Amino acid sequence: MSTVSTQPPQPGKASLFYDPKIRGYVYQLVLLALVVFVIYEAASNAIENLRAQKIASGFGFWHNAAGFDVNQKLIPFSASGSTYGQAFWVGLLNTLLVASIGIVLATFLGFFIGVARLSSNWILAKLAMIYVEVVRNLPLLLQLFFWYNAVLKPLPEARNSIALPGNIFLNNRGLIAPSPIFGPGFSMVTLALFIGIIAAIGFYIWSKRQQEATGKQYPNGLIALALILVLPLIVFVIIGMPLTFDLPQQGRFNLTGGFQIFPEFVALLVGLTTYTAAFIAEVVRAGILAVSRGQTEAAHALGLRPGPTLKLVVIPQAMRVIIPPLTSNYLNLTKNSSLAVVIGYPDLVQVFMGTVLNQTGQAVEMVSITMAVYLTISLVTSFFMNIYNKRMALVER
Amino acid sequence: MTDATTENAPNFFIRRETLPQEAAPLSVAGPVAWIRSNLFNGPLNTILTLLCAYIVVTSVPGILRFYFIDAVWSGTNRDACLADKIGRPVGACWAYIADRYQYFIYGSYPISERWRVNIVFAMFALGIVWMLWNKAPMKKLGAFFFFVLLPISAYVLLLGGPSATGFLHILLWVLLALTAYYAVLSFVPGIARFYTGPALLAVEEAAPPWKRFYRPKRLILMALVAFGIIALLENAVGLPRVDTGLWGGMTVTFLVAAVGIVFSLPLGVVLALGRRSKLPIIQLLSVVFIEFVRGVPLITVLFMANTMLPLFVPQEYSPDRLLRPLVGVALFAAAYMAEVIRGGLQAMPKGQYEGAMSLGLGYWQMMRLIILPQALRIVIPGIVNTFIGLFKDTTLVTIVGIFDFLRTIEATLVDPTWATPTTRGTGYAFAAMFYFLCCWGMSRYSISVEKRLAAGQRR
Repeated sequence: MSTVSTQPPQPGKASLFYDPKIRGYVYQLVLLALVVFVIYEAASNAIENLRAQKIASGFGFWHNAAGFDVNQKLIPFSASGSTYGQAFWVGLLNTLLVASIGIVLATFLGFFIGVARLSSNWILAKLAMIYVEVVRNLPLLLQLFFWYNAVLKPLPEARNSIALPGNIFLNNRGLIAPSPIFGPGFSMVTLALFIGIIAAIGFYIWSKRQQEATGKQYPNGLIALALILVLPLIVFVIIGMPLTFDLPQQGRFNLTGGFQIFPEFVALLVGLTTYTAAFIAEVVRAGILAVSRGQTEAAHALGLRPGPTLKLVVIPQAMRVIIPPLTSNYLNLTKNSSLAVVIGYPDLVQVFMGTVLNQTGQAVEMVSITMAVYLTISLVTSFFMNIYNKRMALVER
Repeated sequence: MTDATTENAPNFFIRRETLPQEAAPLSVAGPVAWIRSNLFNGPLNTILTLLCAYIVVTSVPGILRFYFIDAVWSGTNRDACLADKIGRPVGACWAYIADRYQYFIYGSYPISERWRVNIVFAMFALGIVWMLWNKAPMKKLGAFFFFVLLPISAYVLLLGGPSATGFLHILLWVLLALTAYYAVLSFVPGIARFYTGPALLAVEEAAPPWKRFYRPKRLILMALVAFGIIALLENAVGLPRVDTGLWGGMTVTFLVAAVGIVFSLPLGVVLALGRRSKLPIIQLLSVVFIEFVRGVPLITVLFMANTMLPLFVPQEYSPDRLLRPLVGVALFAAAYMAEVIRGGLQAMPKGQYEGAMSLGLGYWQMMRLIILPQALRIVIPGIVNTFIGLFKDTTLVTIVGIFDFLRTIEATLVDPTWATPTTRGTGYAFAAMFYFLCCWGMSRYSISVEKRLAAGQRR
């Protein structure tokens, strides 16, 4: 560096109008003012309109009596004694129920079809392709109509129920199966199940460490199966099998007793599962194709057999590609479960944004609460997804 | 191991006798070999093949029988499709589709006014081909047609009535004024120069607004032609108002989809630019909007548009029942479009931005002339895929009481004129064919664009 420094030429003073910083501030202020103005206008109009239509506002309705009944409920709910707040929980739990079961089933079906599309078996691959193309290109609503109106509705009436083995009856009011009655001491079995699961996880961690230290492998799957299934079974037998079944009885017009699965639930579950599975299948296929052939060939060259190659080389790498779009498909399934409203499954939208909104007329509160629930589910999921992505991302150089 | 041990070890093997001759290998070419290697290699595959064959054999003939062999193709009411009336097993009742197809296309739109819908359909088809066909000329003009002329023409033609035609007249006057202005600007200086010599040349060149006006002359001309034809039609046969409550069928399905794409694309560009902006408030607002909309189901957005939008505006401006879900769909699609376009913006190499800046282009010039044309081109497949989703989602407007195509099918199913055991299966099959053809066609298009875009990378 030379000691003699020439003064750098001063940039010419542009007028304030052309200063990018000042322009930025001005743009943002204008936009902010616009947004605030729109919100203010909307809010004041809403207050005005609500007053004109004599609609109450606020969340006081939460404790008001609901006065309607819901056919499928996971928590006690009745027309006479329950509140709108309880109706919200009934709806939310139904949404979560159908979404969680749907996610599990769609994952299995989707993985199967995705792998089938890559199968060397020509007919299987073609069938999987037809399934994916047809299901992905039809609106979910049409598929729900199909499952509900064309498949489940034409089932016979209750008095002509189709009897399936095991005291299970099928009619247009759903599937009626024996419901279990848990005798005293059954909680021991549940406890054993929990202990089994924890022990299986513990064993898995221990065997992983052992393998890393000594190279010795243990039959993890078999031991986990034994711990999770056999342990509760032994406990169950020891304490004297405290489990009886409430069998559905064929009455004159209807079946009484038993445990009923409603056709709305089945239609929604089948529709969501088959629809999402088609998308998951494409995700899985893309993930497997993303693992380059060289990886498989290298694994074979090291002497790994096809099974371990898949388990140790291909799947771990494919999962990195599969998991992020898989999660967004899970979210889509959860959001699509709101289509329940068209076939009358009492999910959050149907119960809360449908019935409760119609009864109270408080659109702003109902829509905001419902949106907040879905938004929370989405944001929490993407939060965990980001953590997962950070952990799984390839560490380069 | 050392070399010595390997040399001394007697564990080597030299074959001393000839092996017996092996049978010729099974053929590796030809249909039999193909079947063996693709269908029956190994026990698992054999079982799967047999299972799949069983599924095909049990389902395909039944489907063919139902939809083709036993189908009824003509008739005027349900008697044609009842098995005990015509004395043979009855499959699909296509006669019902043939009888009601007008309703499926136009809904309850008055029969005497349906030519207006047809014109809009034709314009829509022209716009789609112009935009999507790679070799179509004058893409900019096409974009102007699709994003500006088509929505206005559709509004005027479909709705009609004094308000729409009044709007059309105002537009026509403005366009005529612009044309006159342009004519004056292009002819007068020339004539003046002819008489005065070069004295006025400096004045002409010093007037930038004149120059700027030379460019959109083709756009103005096309708008003038389109609106002029509509105005002539209005003068000749009149455009009485058709309330949106009467609209229905595929008209509404295409309308919702078209509104979705026409408004969501520009809005999506703005949101995507906002999300990548360095100005914190703009960025924050864009992110909040995008993540909020993407986090909730479309149904809640539609309910919000349906129940809350009328609350947010003064009573006397309460929006039309069809307009509400359109607003909801457009905003919903915009958030998804924004994420697709953001992908394209992020895929642009930094050199493109820097190159544009070093040329002295400002932000908007850089985006308009350098970045967006390239970014949008590489995300065409993504845009089409979003649009396929949007097209399928148009069915949800049913829930807020709009008679889209699927709803018209459902409505005819409860109509006793055609109530037969097979009507429902026929109606759903027809709806499925319609949606499948549209969506599948679009996905084929998107794949072909993807291939064309990847042509540069192919070796």
